[in-house]
Amino acid sequence: MATLKVPTAVPPVADDCEQLRKAFQGWGTNEALIISILGHRDAAQRRAIRHAYAEAYGEELLRSITDEISGDFERAVILWTLEPAERDAVLANEAVRKWQPGSWVLVEIACARGSAQLLTVRQAYHDRFKRSLEEDVAAHLTGDFRKLLVPLVSAYRYEGPEVNTRLAHSEANILHEKIHHKAYSDDEIIRILTTRSKAQLLATFNHYNDAFGHPINKDLKVDPEDEFLKTLRAVIRCFTCPDRYFEKVIRLAIAGVGTDENSLTRVITTRAEVDLKLIKEAYQKRNSAPLERAVAGDTSGDYERMLLALLGQE
Amino acid sequence: MQQFLAQASSNSSAASPPASPQPRLRPQPRREPQHREREAPAAMADDHQELARAFSGMGGLGVDETVLVSALGRWRRQPEKRGQFRRSFPGFFSASACVGAGIELCEDEYVRHLKIEFSRFKSAMVLWAMHPWERDARWAHHVLHKAHPPAILVEVACTRSADELLGARRAYQALYHRSLEEDVAYRAKEANANLLVGLVSAYRYEGPLVSEELAKEEAKALGAAVKSASASSAKLVHNEQVVRVLATRSKPQLRATFRLYKELHGKPLEEDFAAEPCLEEVVKCLDSPAKYFAEVINGAFKDGADKQAKAALTRAVVSRSDADMEEIKDAYAKQYGAKLADAAAKNTHGHYKDALLAMIGK
Repeated sequence: MATLKVPTAVPPVADDCEQLRKAFQGWGTNEALIISILGHRDAAQRRAIRHAYAEAYGEELLRSITDEISGDFERAVILWTLEPAERDAVLANEAVRKWQPGSWVLVEIACARGSAQLLTVRQAYHDRFKRSLEEDVAAHLTGDFRKLLVPLVSAYRYEGPEVNTRLAHSEANILHEKIHHKAYSDDEIIRILTTRSKAQLLATFNHYNDAFGHPINKDLKVDPEDEFLKTLRAVIRCFTCPDRYFEKVIRLAIAGVGTDENSLTRVITTRAEVDLKLIKEAYQKRNSAPLERAVAGDTSGDYERMLLALLGQE
Repeated sequence: MQQFLAQASSNSSAASPPASPQPRLRPQPRREPQHREREAPAAMADDHQELARAFSGMGGLGVDETVLVSALGRWRRQPEKRGQFRRSFPGFFSASACVGAGIELCEDEYVRHLKIEFSRFKSAMVLWAMHPWERDARWAHHVLHKAHPPAILVEVACTRSADELLGARRAYQALYHRSLEEDVAYRAKEANANLLVGLVSAYRYEGPLVSEELAKEEAKALGAAVKSASASSAKLVHNEQVVRVLATRSKPQLRATFRLYKELHGKPLEEDFAAEPCLEEVVKCLDSPAKYFAEVINGAFKDGADKQAKAALTRAVVSRSDADMEEIKDAYAKQYGAKLADAAAKNTHGHYKDALLAMIGK
């Protein structure tokens, strides 16, 4: 359920390019025009615009953007304009270089994207960074996080609906046993979480709940401060309830003093064409307030206007 | 098995050393001319020998279909000639003519041997016609579900390009409704699981960019891993650094690392990894697939090559004939001082031989 609003009568690509060029030229920048065009075009249209813009003006659209605008607004527009695979590759590279426990970007990319999509991200990563994603993750992370995240980003999970019930039972038992012995980074836990298909994992988690009376994440909450456990819980939530997972990321980004703009931008730009509508509904349900109002309250200026456009306003 | 072949050849002509190219299969021949049961002259003995060879009774892979069919023709309506042949080939037919119904019964083991030899051509053709991705997926599946040697998995993971390996993973999902890494992780539960999962999941960068500095650093890290493993009897295949470097770095980067390792430590990495078979294969496959496949092919021709070593011949030739067969031929000539095509012709029979030679090329 995307929130992106594309006008029913989309102007020709050449017109869009011309308007954007005008927005960049002269004194200052017409940010509202940028938002009104780019903020209302889907991935294919944006790709066409980038292509036509480069041909017409001999300059990359993204280059013009970085030259003319700055700050959180710039980051939001750049991330939004990129192709989904490139976007994820850029986010992944940033996450790897600036990695610290508690960063969930890699988890999101590995678990909240389809198998085929993760592959395109890995290809885009090759093209852009001349290294493989798993190579960089392995080289920059250490310990348990490396043990979990390298296979997580390398997975090419089966996407079919088949479920082996016997296996779901036995693997739920294995998970329970390892968790019970506090062996959170045990090979078996890693194996199950990083290789099984989504359908199989959901069945496994369901059986865990049936057999042991509570969801697996409850058992992983023993130490609320342990970052590795948080990461495991994030992996599981990305599979079982992605909309609520992203709702929580946004809620934590907005809540309290200050705003984590990077997380907010990330969720909105990566989900606007996927399931931002569901995330909005989850937000409303959890916070008794519409997400747009919360975003407007916590951000300002062109950055705010860009986010609201992607949230489906106007 | 060898004893059958030895018996077959030693019981045949005592008169002349056979034209067989595999005299090595015979131990000291038990030449006892006075035990010759046949009243046939030496020509008949030659016939028997030729037929035995065509039935893969004197070594070499495959069967010689042409010779077999011509024997059919020659001995049409002459069952006594067949009887003589049976008596001349104790490896195939039970030695004593008086056992069981008073006839020469087939030796079960030899019938099984023939099943394999007759089907080599079939396997080669079916594999050749298959899409390479499906081939690789099926070979991987055999490793996991039929206990074929894990080296095959290493071969598939390390000698194919990144996109070919990806294709194999796609084909695996389509065929078996599981992901390849899922099955490897689940079934290769012994020491090698982490390494194998890492290898099959890799989507290596394929550009030529190499960082000498990084290669040096990782060559040192590998050296440290080797030292600590020999000191503590821990397995190298469990070493995180080893797995990380081998399973994620690009191939050009790895070759630089291997080169620097040799410079730093005086010997090639595969030597230091030789104690752990999987690791040695990984290094060989990543460093020089052509050399690796030349070794595999030669392994099929050796005396005492087992079933898997022989099956590897078909696998190597079919999977590489469109890829780097020319380099393999060069590596083979360099390593063994003989042309690959010649060695193949010498060690195989019939349509199987023709198929291999066609794939090997001039």
